[in-house]
Parts: sequence; structure tokens; C-alpha cells
Amino acid sequence: MSVDILAQPRSRAWLAGANPLSKLGAGMAITLVLLASVDWVSATAALALELAVLPLAGLGAGLLLRRGWPILFAALVGGYGTALLAPKTGDMLLALGPLTFTTGSVESGVAIALRGLAIALPGVIVLASTDPTDLADALAQKLRLPHRFVLGALAAMRLVGLLVAEWQTLGMARRARGVGGEPGFFSGLKASLGQAMALLVQAIRRASRLAVTMEAKGFGAGPRTWARESTFSRRDAWVGAGGLAIAALAVGAAVVLGTWNPVLG
Amino acid sequence: MGVSGASGVAPARISARGWGWQHSGRAAKAVHDLDLEIEPGERVLLLGPSGAGKSTLLHALAGVLGADEGADEFGSLLIDGASVAEARGRTGLMQQDPDSQVVLSRIGDDVAFGAENLAVPREEIWRRVPAALAAVGLELPLEHPSSVLSGGQKQRLGLAGMLAMRPGLLLLDEPTANLDPAGVVDVRDAVRNSLDETGATLVVVEHRVSVWLDVVDRIVVLAPEAAGEPGGVLLDGPPATVLAEAAGMLSAAGVWVPGHVPAVRPRTAVPAYDAGSHLLLGAEALAVSRAKARRGHPAVPAAVVPSVRIFAGQALSVTGPNGAGKSTLALTLAGLLPAAGGRLEATEALSRGAGGAPLKWRGRELISRIGTVFQEPEHQFVTGSVRDELLFAPRLLGQGGDKVDELLERLRLGHVAGANPFTLSGGEKRRLSVATVLAASPQVLVLDEPTFGQDANTWAELASLLTELLDAGTAVVSVTHDAAFTRVLGGDRLVLGAPAGDASVGDNHAPASARKAVQR
Repeated sequence: MSVDILAQPRSRAWLAGANPLSKLGAGMAITLVLLASVDWVSATAALALELAVLPLAGLGAGLLLRRGWPILFAALVGGYGTALLAPKTGDMLLALGPLTFTTGSVESGVAIALRGLAIALPGVIVLASTDPTDLADALAQKLRLPHRFVLGALAAMRLVGLLVAEWQTLGMARRARGVGGEPGFFSGLKASLGQAMALLVQAIRRASRLAVTMEAKGFGAGPRTWARESTFSRRDAWVGAGGLAIAALAVGAAVVLGTWNPVLG
Repeated sequence: MGVSGASGVAPARISARGWGWQHSGRAAKAVHDLDLEIEPGERVLLLGPSGAGKSTLLHALAGVLGADEGADEFGSLLIDGASVAEARGRTGLMQQDPDSQVVLSRIGDDVAFGAENLAVPREEIWRRVPAALAAVGLELPLEHPSSVLSGGQKQRLGLAGMLAMRPGLLLLDEPTANLDPAGVVDVRDAVRNSLDETGATLVVVEHRVSVWLDVVDRIVVLAPEAAGEPGGVLLDGPPATVLAEAAGMLSAAGVWVPGHVPAVRPRTAVPAYDAGSHLLLGAEALAVSRAKARRGHPAVPAAVVPSVRIFAGQALSVTGPNGAGKSTLALTLAGLLPAAGGRLEATEALSRGAGGAPLKWRGRELISRIGTVFQEPEHQFVTGSVRDELLFAPRLLGQGGDKVDELLERLRLGHVAGANPFTLSGGEKRRLSVATVLAASPQVLVLDEPTFGQDANTWAELASLLTELLDAGTAVVSVTHDAAFTRVLGGDRLVLGAPAGDASVGDNHAPASARKAVQR
């Protein structure tokens, strides 16, 4: 029983048909703009536009929540912490002993939370709509990264999925030897460390067998061709333009409403 | 539209003159003074005792030994008159482990991988890929994920990847050792088809001669240097001649010679239990699954077994096709996996005060009651030496190590007592993994495919040991595809069905006099 995290069925969403590099570029444009300023207008504008793009990536609200809840949680914690610690300007909203919130501090907190979400969401969209094999093809063929490195990483990532099943099997195999199952925190920790070592040993052994397979298939020496051509199409122009448009609208809205608040300077 | 000989495959010639190889850091040579000529298009089965250097020769021919820095090479090893390094792309290698055979996530991409590395033009690659998949009988969509293939399908996928490279030489290193009988036949037939179409040269290493007897036209037997022989080739000739001349010698060396079943100690003790008195473990309506049930998402059971009862001294063989949930059932019975439904209970005769649920037992309570031998021995090694492995259980149980020397002797592991378990040969690893579990003297022994990939000697030792344990009152539950093994152990069969997940139970709790293998 193996779990291959890379072998998800190829997404049929519109964005999945775009070149991974154009998606990465569009995502980076949005991220860089949002990193430049802490204000709630640019973050809200970008977030709203990103949410509008979600259907193009084949992501529904339910799927997004299931995959992205840690990001949501982190953003909320970050926003709460900022509201608690930011300079207390504006009217007092709530005072509970040392816990005080003012309109100014809450505004900063909301801005931080929204900004965190708006920065993370492009990454989620790119990941959800990009096949790792396509990404490797694009990196090696379009960005001219060394193919030994790119394909080696791709093959290694496939093994990561196998490790999940291997961990479960190792746990049972070691329990059958009497390892673990003893009460106490330290004996439990010791057993887990031992199991992690065993997993590492198995991972290395499997990786070296895989390396033999790849070498026997002529990998690594000399020039190679690519069975799958990584191409740019009109769709990629739309993706790039869309990324720039979202970035520009977010900046524009903040400047017009006077909330643009650059981090540097 | 096959991959035909006319479309550019030139069978390769192999020529070894005084060739030898010494891995770095090893005292003895893996191969010594080998003289061997293999003509283009010949199909050779390579035999020899464990340690004769069969795998080393195959890896050398595949050109993947070069990474071993500090190793020493002697003599010459040529493919078509060129060194193996220059013969890149002339050879295809299939290894034993199906999981390390697959490089990419989708089968079309995986087949294309080798051809890409040889810089074959794109249009030509996509002509070769479907043809190669058809040649190995793997007619699935090119987008099909490679991870969900069975072991036999993965091996055939690997073969298709080689065929797309148009190699003149196929090198198979125990390609069917980890496969069930149906997978063995599929892989063998796929290899034969490919050879018939391409005319390529074949060198295959395998313990089980009968699998390849109809495919090969020559058998070469290597001799180990350590046996006091001069090394090199011991026997060489047409299969019938070699087998007639040397059947005795070959089976003594652990080779599975057709028509020769290794001698096994028969069961002697009259099973003198009546139902109920020596019941150790009982299950009703047992549903088994590896997936954890979540709220609202009950795990889909891999199998549901109406009733299993395990008695002291009883042999129970669990058989059935791939994916029928045999291993999952064994792990559940062994107290390693929670049941997905139904009831599993150890009787007082087994639990001895530890409670009726094996899953809840502590490690030290479990090992003296139920011992489990996993399919992959390496998963169960927990120390750095063979002797420590055997001492591990007695120490955990607070006993002395009296049994250790006996087990070392009994399973022919004395000469490697100080060695790291990971450095042992396949047969030694299997024997050690059984010995470590026996060191805790469990009342129930559970084995998952114990005979996969084993040579005839280890097979016979294992079977003899188990009949002895059975006669002494140990219950033995084995998941196995090995009909000969089932026959030797006797007892009952539990046949798990196809994916439907239902099971039919042999006369599992019949009285002793009626116990016999249920043939279906």
C-alpha cells in the first residue's frame, strides 16, 4: 500500500493548463507588492481578487478550507498578536487589565491577518493547479536548471510518498520485536527516534536502488531529449497579465484611499 | 506494431576475459577470473550459490558499478568489443524490488524516461512508448499513476522502459523474487515476448530454474571463490545437459531444480487437541483495514472474515489473490493493527493475564505470546549485530541468552554472529528475522510470505523448523502463495476472496482427525 503524493490525477482546471513558470511569476508579482506595504486596503483587494480566481484553479471553498486551514489559523493568530501589541492609537475599544485594544491596534491586526492570507493564497493556488512533473519540465527546459538536479529531486519527491506507508509498516514491525509500547515519555521518545533512524536507513537504501535504476536507464550522462515539451501559450500571457493586474489593482486601491504604508522607507 | 528486430535492435555480444571485481573494503573478490563468451541473441540463465557474484556481474554489465570508488577491477569485460562504460544504452537492467523500478509518477512518462536519456527525438519516443507497453501486456492509459500498480505490473513497466531504449542486452536480477505466482508468469511471458520481437541477448539470475527453463537456451553456473574452487564458470551448457549433469550439486547449492522438492522434516506429532481445549485466538466477523476510521468515514475493510480460530499446534495458511487483505488480516491477528470491525480475542491460555486484546499488550507481553515475521526482514532489525538481534528479546523478557547459540547454530548464522544484519545475504536475513522472533518463544507465530525469493536450502530449513515448532505446540499462521510450503506444513487454509472482500474459511475448527488442506 503506497501513497504517492505526486500521483494525484492531473487537474482539469483552466490554470492547470498554464505553464508552471507563468503561474509562479504571477504569484510572485502579487506577493512582492503585498510584502512592500502593510495596509488593509491592498491586502483586502488582493485577497478578494485571488478568491475570485480560485475556480480557475479548481479549488472550491470546502477544499480550500481542508487544505489551507493551517494558514488561516496562523493568519488569525498573527492578527490577534498584532492587535494586542501594536501602538495603542485611536479610541479604546476593549480593556481587560493588561489586554487593551484600540481602533488603531485592531486596524493593524486586521491588516496583518489579511496580508498574511493574501500572500499565502497565490502559493496555494499555484500548488493546487501545478503538476510536479510539469514543473520539473519547465524548470529544466525553460529556466535551464541542470536536469540532473531537477529530475533527481522529482524522483526523490516520489519516494517521500512511499515513506508514509513505510513509517506505518516500520512501526508495526518494530512493535512485533517488542520495541515501544512501554509507558513513560522517555521510552516513547526513544522508540520514536529509533523508528525514525530505521526509516532513514530504508529511505537511503531505496534511494540508492532507485539511483541504480536511473543510471541503468542512461540518466545523468550526456545530453537528453524531453518527451514532454514545456511550452508557453496565449493562456500564459493571460496568467501573467492577470497576476500583474491583481498586483496593480491592490496598489492602486491603497494609494487612492491613502492607506499605502510602505515597509521600507 | 511491435518493437521489432528490424527496427534497430542489434543483439549484444558479451565477452569476459579473466574478469574480476573486488568491492571497496572487502577482503574477498566478488567475482574472480571469469572467462565467459555470450553470443548475440543467446538467452542465458546464470546460476550459482549465494555469494558467487551473480549480481555483481549483472551490475557490471549494466554499467552501474562504476560509482563504487576504491573498488578493483581485473581483466576485461566487453559488450560488442567495447568497455561497458562505452556501451551506455546497450543494456537494460531489472532489479528485484519493484518499487525501485519506477522513476516517474505516470506510466507513459516512466517508459519515456530511458529513451529521453539516450536523446531519442520526441516524436520517436512517443512512437516507442505505446509499442513498449503493448509488448509487456500493460495496456493502460499513459496517464495511469505508476504507484497503484502491483509488483508484477511495476516490473513489466520497468521492462517497457528498457524496451523503449532498444537495448541489445536485457539483464534481469531476480526479477520475480518478490512476486506472487500470477505476477511471475506475467513478467516471464513479457520478457519472452520482448525477446521474440527484438532478438536481444538475455542474462537472467534467478533461484527458480523452472520459471525460465522454457525461455533460456543456455545455463551458466558460477563458482564462489571461497568454496576452494578456482572461481569463474563451474558449468556451462544447454539447460537439459547442465541439469542432468549437476542436479544434485545445484540443489545442494540451494538452486530450485525442476522436479526436485527439497527434503523437509515431516510433521510427526499426532495433533492431539480437541476443539476448545487449546484455543489460543478467536475472531468473529473480523473486518480488517490499514486505513484508520475517521468520524463519518468508516474505513473500508480490506477483508471481512466470518470466523477464525487458532489452536496450539495448528498450521493455518492464508491464501488468495493480491489485494485480498491477507497481510492486513495477519497483522490484525498478530495484535499490530486495530480491527476495523468484529471481535478478536485471545483466550486465557494465550493471554496469561495480559488481557484479551492483543492490540493492547505491551511490547514485551506481545513478543512472548505472538511473534510476527514481516515480509521484508530489514524492517525488523533493531540492533547493530546478529548476536544482539538474537539477544534483544531475551533481554526484554529478563531472560538469559541460553537460546542464542542454539539458534545461531540451527539457522547457520554462527559465521556472521558479529556482522551487521544489513550486510547479510537475502537468505541469511530471512533466517535471522525468523530466529529473532523465535528467541522470545511465542505461542503463536505469524509469517508474511516467509518463502518469497528464498533459495531451496533456506526454504527447507525454514519449513523443517516450522514443522518442529508445530509438533511442539506452536500455532503457525502464514500468509503465502507458496503451494509447496502450504503442503509441507499441512493444517488448514483460509482463502480470502477477490476485491469483494469476503472470505471462505476452510474446515478451520474441525477436530484433529479431519484436518487436512482444503483444496479449492
